Amino acid sequence: MLANLLPLFADLPLFPPVASKQAGQIDDLYWFLVAVSAIMTAVIFIGVVGFAFKYRRRANAHPTQIEGSTVLELTWSILPFLVMLVMFWWGAELFFQAQNPPKDAMEVFVTGKQWMWKVQYPDGTREIDALHVPVGQPVKLTMASEDVIHSFSIPAFRVRHDVVPGHYDNLWFTPTKPGKYHLFCTEYCGNQHAGMVGWVYAMEPREYTKWASGGGGEGSLADQGEALFQQNGCSTCHLLDQQGRCPMLRGIYNKPVQLADGRTVTADDAYLRESILDPNAKIVSGFEPNIMPNFKGQLSEENVIQLIAYIKSLSPNTPASQQAGGAPPPITPSKGARAASAANAAGGATSGQVKQ
Amino acid sequence: MAETVIPVGQEPTAEETHLRHHFATPAQQMDAATLGMWTFLITEVLFFGGMFAAYAIYRGMYMDAFASTSEFMNVVLGGTNTAVLICSSLTMALGVRAAQLSNRKQLQLFLVLTMIFGTIFLVIKGFEYHAKWVEHLVPGFNFHYPIPQFERHAQILFFLYFCMTGMHALHMIVGLGLLSYLLIQATRKVFSATYYAPVEMIGLYWHFVDIVWIFLFPLLYLIGHRK
Amino acid sequence: MATLAHGTPEIAAEEPVNYLNVEHGWKSWLFTTDHKRIAVLYLISITLMFFVGGFMAVLFRINLLEPEGIFSAETYNRLFSMHGIVMVFFFLVPSIPATLANFLIPIMIGAKDLAFPRINLLSWYIYVVGAILTMYAVVRGGVDTGWTFYAPYSSTFSNSYVLAAAFGVFTAGFSSILTGLNFIVTVHKMRAPGMTWSRLPLFVWSNYATGLIQVLGTPVLAIVLLLLAFERIAHVGIFDPNIGGDPILFQHLFWFYSHPAVYIMILPGMGVISEIVSCFSRKRVFGYNFVAFSSMAIAVLSFVVWGHHMFITGESVYTGLAFSFLSFMVAVPSAIKVFNWTATMYKGSVSFDTPMLYAFGFIGLFTIGGLTGLFLATLATDVATHGTYFVVAHFHYVMVGGMVMAFLGGIHFWWPKMTGRMYSEAWSKFAALIVFIGFNLTFFPQFILGYMGMPRRYHAYPPEFQALNVLSSAGASVLGVGYIIPMIYLLWSLKYGPKAGPNPWGAAGLEWQTQSPPTTFNFDETPIVTEEAYNYGPLEEVIG
Repeated sequence: MLANLLPLFADLPLFPPVASKQAGQIDDLYWFLVAVSAIMTAVIFIGVVGFAFKYRRRANAHPTQIEGSTVLELTWSILPFLVMLVMFWWGAELFFQAQNPPKDAMEVFVTGKQWMWKVQYPDGTREIDALHVPVGQPVKLTMASEDVIHSFSIPAFRVRHDVVPGHYDNLWFTPTKPGKYHLFCTEYCGNQHAGMVGWVYAMEPREYTKWASGGGGEGSLADQGEALFQQNGCSTCHLLDQQGRCPMLRGIYNKPVQLADGRTVTADDAYLRESILDPNAKIVSGFEPNIMPNFKGQLSEENVIQLIAYIKSLSPNTPASQQAGGAPPPITPSKGARAASAANAAGGATSGQVKQ
Repeated sequence: MAETVIPVGQEPTAEETHLRHHFATPAQQMDAATLGMWTFLITEVLFFGGMFAAYAIYRGMYMDAFASTSEFMNVVLGGTNTAVLICSSLTMALGVRAAQLSNRKQLQLFLVLTMIFGTIFLVIKGFEYHAKWVEHLVPGFNFHYPIPQFERHAQILFFLYFCMTGMHALHMIVGLGLLSYLLIQATRKVFSATYYAPVEMIGLYWHFVDIVWIFLFPLLYLIGHRK
Repeated sequence: MATLAHGTPEIAAEEPVNYLNVEHGWKSWLFTTDHKRIAVLYLISITLMFFVGGFMAVLFRINLLEPEGIFSAETYNRLFSMHGIVMVFFFLVPSIPATLANFLIPIMIGAKDLAFPRINLLSWYIYVVGAILTMYAVVRGGVDTGWTFYAPYSSTFSNSYVLAAAFGVFTAGFSSILTGLNFIVTVHKMRAPGMTWSRLPLFVWSNYATGLIQVLGTPVLAIVLLLLAFERIAHVGIFDPNIGGDPILFQHLFWFYSHPAVYIMILPGMGVISEIVSCFSRKRVFGYNFVAFSSMAIAVLSFVVWGHHMFITGESVYTGLAFSFLSFMVAVPSAIKVFNWTATMYKGSVSFDTPMLYAFGFIGLFTIGGLTGLFLATLATDVATHGTYFVVAHFHYVMVGGMVMAFLGGIHFWWPKMTGRMYSEAWSKFAALIVFIGFNLTFFPQFILGYMGMPRRYHAYPPEFQALNVLSSAGASVLGVGYIIPMIYLLWSLKYGPKAGPNPWGAAGLEWQTQSPPTTFNFDETPIVTEEAYNYGPLEEVIG
């Protein structure tokens, strides 16, 4: 029995791979914390064992009664606190950085569902439980959940974020080392929680481009969205070049929207998602409520991502629709959109094969 | 807590004060009961506080939907209930006073009055619940909101409405049980100027339950009337 | 320490009459209002629950021997969920307060009983009802939500017996509230003459602080579980994202209780360690005021750190910053305690009796548990370790390495007082050693596993994690043995142990002034206190 176990220990990894820019930074902080902890543990250990031995009853039968010492108390309250302030500051700085993806980040969409990760790329490629990313390119994930709370985690990149149903969550990373890394769900999500795992493939940019050109027979994400836009009859009210019964969607992405109740909101992913699934939540000024049906339960999160990609493609000059260097250049969004609108104007025929 | 042993003879006997074996003096016993009751009421505040917190958050998020529900709340019945509860608090306070004055007849009278007011409250509440059922305003079981654009978020308010008023009603029912216990004890001539702690403690509880309603009424019935 | 006041002796001070033999028969136990008997009832109940929870841990550690798991995912998920629920709500929360503190607080402050003896008994019955409800859930097939009951999984998706388990926990919460309420009132109103606040034993201080948290935190747990239950019954509710509800609100309310709850679990243990370290060093506790104050500081700060469980849920960065900062704040009073215990041994006269061995274990393991908590308070490292075995290891270092060690230390320290008998010195030292070794073997590898990314609550895992999991499971079996040995020699001592006498350790403190086991009313006459706690001799030296 024991002999069977020995090979287990022959090649025993004790530390995760360091495969992203973040990983190295967080590891530095981690080792700082480990060092502080080790020193503190040593101090306490030496104190306890030292005093216990030195003042053991056989050596010291008569204890010396001591009241205490305010100076000492303040010292061992304030000094550790100062060290902790360093931890706080350092940790907060990296955390801040993790909240702000760079402008040139390549965008990938992830939907968590009991018990799988569905990945969508802007060029329309889809994967399940796998994520391909180019090395050296910041990647921003926009994540949604179809059911319960999941948590998207790539230990080798030291990134993790909960995926909470009802809204979008984001995280970003810059892979630095090519390889195949674990992808875990780390928020308990039911029976096959342990099966909600996958692989992240960090690839050299050239190999990545090769991989990316292989997939995506259904057109780009925006094309898929446009098809949905037609199928669901959105285009009958959301006219492309004039105001219909519902707001015109051209050029609205990431622009301020005046609401009927006087507030102004930005038409970002979160707003668009809400307006598709629950149109009455925020009514645009000058429009009536209850015209658009509720798409909650009719459209999957993946569909919503496609629709948003389409709406984005109608606003060509917004940064989020730019494609980054290492990413596949599937289509120029403006062109695709114009082609789509032309097709639309020509008679409402569904398009979906605008891919170059 | 300074004096431990009281000279026996001048003070009422342990039997009269219902002094339990582990207390040194009736004053200590009364102090302990009072502190215990207030601590319990703090617990209750936190208990309802969870629901008030949820209410505050969703009201902030969905103000219009929440305001629209006022149309479906019966302000007349709610207002009547508020008045009924305030009266019951008055009779409860008078009951405590009667106990302190060793006036058994009055104590019984006020306890009965308080219980009648409490029952009226619950009956009215029952009619309101029935009306909500008829109007399809019970989330999860039969919910159909007449204002479609608020259908989803109004459910949150009605869920909170039933949880909050339901928990409040449950506290009222418990209170009525406690009052019945007091009434039986009063009839047995247990309470007097030397021993009225249970009347006072249950009185505190009753006032607390009333105060919860004083918060619930405007939050649930009058939001839409703010404008 | 105490001189006796004039008063009426209620029970003749004959050695044989004590709280255990004063009455016989099951009725004398089930209808008792004696805090000491209720403490014994609690001790039996929580020990049972401890072994139920422990048995589940053994089973799922067996499952984790193989990367693909041995049991089905369904079984495994139910095992770890029930382990958490049973251990947290039915062992750790009541462990020291309901047993040792229930037994000792009245004696330590010179009272005859807690302020509300009947409420004390009621709290035990409520506990039993809660435990039965939860066990009903187990028997019917268990619950698979984890002890955290996160919505919307628990409210909408889970097919297990969530309602029964949630109502069990809900019910047990009230037993905890009543215990805390009783302690608060008792400490305020029942102290013997001369027992000023600054003379209270630190064990009383820490349980007083615990009582505050129980009274203020537990009702919020109760309401959130109730809302969850209604939501599960109605299939719609305030945490439901489908109607615009926010599942994160559940986490806010849940952790508003459950973070303070970890201090409910650890504060009483800290009190035990103060007593033990002082007694076996024959020395006053170093910096009494600071140790007492730190308990209160922990109680207060514990209520403003809950958000550190939600750094990665998408809460705002500034919320994260505030909660991170406050979490560091709460580490300071814990550090003060550890330093003061260490300093207490300075120039003491230290002996190595079994309770002291557990205290050494506590200080070491709690230090590691506390320091690894800093990794989780730091925003960036929390992102890297959240939801992994790192968290599991951290809280087991605090809860098992800390609290269970303190509980065992306390049981060994006050066993002669509770039962009047001594246990086997050799066996008890041996068991303490086994527990220490088994514990570290079980949980230290989990820190490494956690940073490598192994997620919690996985019934199967990638093969490269197997070696450390096998180590951990091996440690768990050692730990299990370490917990069974004390059961045997402690039970044995009840019949065969030598008589202990009133003060076998030569300890200061009112509880050691009365006979072992004490009489029903603890003291023949109400004691009058004239001295500080821990008066092991006159003050000789002042530092700084």
